Amino acid sequence: MARADGTFGEIRLERVSRGFDGVMALQDLDLTIRRGEFIALLGPSGCGKSTALNCIAGLLPLTGGSIWLDDRRIDELPPERRGFGMVFQNYALFPHMTVRRNIGFGLAMRGVPRSEAEARIDAAVRLVQLEAHGSKLPGQLSGGQQQRVAIARAIVVQPPLVLMDEPLSNLDARLRLDMRHEIRRIHNELGRSTVYVTHDQDEALSLADRVVVLRDGRVRQIGTPEDLYARPAVLDVARFMGYRNIFDGAVSGGDGDRVTVERDDLRIVGTPRAALGSGRAAVAIRPEDLVPGEDGAGAIPGVVESVEFVGREYAATALTSGGLLLHFRSHRRLNLDEPVHLRAAPERVLLFGAEENA
Amino acid sequence: MTSHVEASPPRAEPASLRRRMAAAGWDRTTLLMVPAAVFVVLLFIYPFAYGLVLSFQPAKGGAFANYATFFSDPYLYDTIATTMRLGLPATVLNMLLALPIAFQVRHFRWQRVLTTILVIPITLGTVLVAQGLLTYLGPQGWLNRALIELGLTSTPVRLTHNYWGVFLALVITEFPFVFLLTLSYITGIDPALPQAAATLGAGPARQFRYVFLPLLIPGLAVAFCLAFVQAFSVFPSAILLGAPAGPTRVISIAAYQAAFEQYDYSMASAIAMIMGAVQLVVVVAVLGARTLFYRGPMGGGKG
Repeated sequence: MARADGTFGEIRLERVSRGFDGVMALQDLDLTIRRGEFIALLGPSGCGKSTALNCIAGLLPLTGGSIWLDDRRIDELPPERRGFGMVFQNYALFPHMTVRRNIGFGLAMRGVPRSEAEARIDAAVRLVQLEAHGSKLPGQLSGGQQQRVAIARAIVVQPPLVLMDEPLSNLDARLRLDMRHEIRRIHNELGRSTVYVTHDQDEALSLADRVVVLRDGRVRQIGTPEDLYARPAVLDVARFMGYRNIFDGAVSGGDGDRVTVERDDLRIVGTPRAALGSGRAAVAIRPEDLVPGEDGAGAIPGVVESVEFVGREYAATALTSGGLLLHFRSHRRLNLDEPVHLRAAPERVLLFGAEENA
Repeated sequence: MTSHVEASPPRAEPASLRRRMAAAGWDRTTLLMVPAAVFVVLLFIYPFAYGLVLSFQPAKGGAFANYATFFSDPYLYDTIATTMRLGLPATVLNMLLALPIAFQVRHFRWQRVLTTILVIPITLGTVLVAQGLLTYLGPQGWLNRALIELGLTSTPVRLTHNYWGVFLALVITEFPFVFLLTLSYITGIDPALPQAAATLGAGPARQFRYVFLPLLIPGLAVAFCLAFVQAFSVFPSAILLGAPAGPTRVISIAAYQAAFEQYDYSMASAIAMIMGAVQLVVVVAVLGARTLFYRGPMGGGKG
């Protein structure tokens, strides 16, 4: 049992692995979750992020590695003895219990005396702003309300760690934004640790203190949102962080942190993220960093292929003479088939080893 | 460009007959019900009504003479208790057996194979099961020989031509029915619910008590009713495996004797009506108790 007041120093995952019938869904996850930290596990579906969460919760036994709560090994405890709160993707509210009984379930299981339990349920109901709905059944609530009941139910027992499995994926876009703020507010208010699984990089970047990017069951990068956004370590992460323009070319020269890459008729100067081995490199540029400018050295010529108004600016694509489709942004409405010369600052053009371009 | 919004709503046309029918749930698809309705009327409602009327036309005496005879003759009215003594425990035992087995089978890799095996008795029919059990459970049957060989007993255990033969036959023929229903109710429960209970501190026993059981009870009540009604109308095994003159003289035997030994169809109809009424009382009581429990979707939220 976690200490009753939910305090702990850190939770360590050491080489945590989980296989299903010989296929490794999660391999060698090393992660230290500090107290009060908000960690996001980010990756495309099938990357092992939900597996990782279920392993931490105890709903899936590990096939390798260990989990430590300070100096106590907990990976062999069943979920009911780990005492971590969990918010499920489909909320998993008990349909036959009222909102208050759902929220109070964990307290009842822990044998919290009735008067204290009632007070704590009151506080939790207030925290998630469901005062008017205490005696309703989950089926009578909207998706967003159910979601808040699920959060209240997970946190009312004051677990040292709250696990959330894509809790916003069933909500509509506006509610998702509101709930994102709610989740962060509740996290800050309680000062506990949260592990949050999502496939939405905006969600991960806006919520988390640190983001763990997973792909094919392996960690690709762990870092702060700022780190991941500006300095993805590998091409996979770059792709996930919104670097939509990814193409490869031949390294044609340059020194340490400025390298020139050529492809067909275009030349571009970028910043290598790792030592570029062979003669080829993958180029990654965000649409936001690619803008039309003057013709000349370093500009990529192309013709406008599509234009969409996205609010403050236009999201457009251009086709180069070599047949490359590039996504870029423009403040001016461009005409279709208009020639453009696209430019990006060398520090915003990232170069990766070409062999990673899978 | 802006468009002008019509100030007054379009005038409501008087709804056509077809519209009004459709609003009440009647359209052409409803016609598909006709064959089934005809079937039910011809094969259930008409015979039932015919029997009901017939039961009030006794060979001698007033309209209620048959019912009066039944409830004044212990040889007749005791059959209700006899049938209850067989049907209730057999049904309850089956529920108690089906529940844990269904819980296990849920996770079983060869679920279909096992389910098929468990369902075979339902395909055999009660007469075949009764015949098989007669030799299997008999004094010279495999069971008794095995028990004697193993030294567990010196004389054969009597399991045929008495209460236990019929009881076992009921358990075997009813089990697949109860099992299949229970399995479908259990698999209908969102697996995230017991997981959620586990993360909140409930071990397997409390997951069962607080999550599974409350959600299963309404379904189990239906399974109970269906199995009980079947058991209450037990006939072939009560004759073949039981002691039809004594401890397993069930109510259907009384009806059979009235109809085909005394050729008193009116009395037989009255007994059949009483049989139906007893079944109805039990079913209504069980389903009535069911309304005390939650009956809604078994999912944990938006799916």
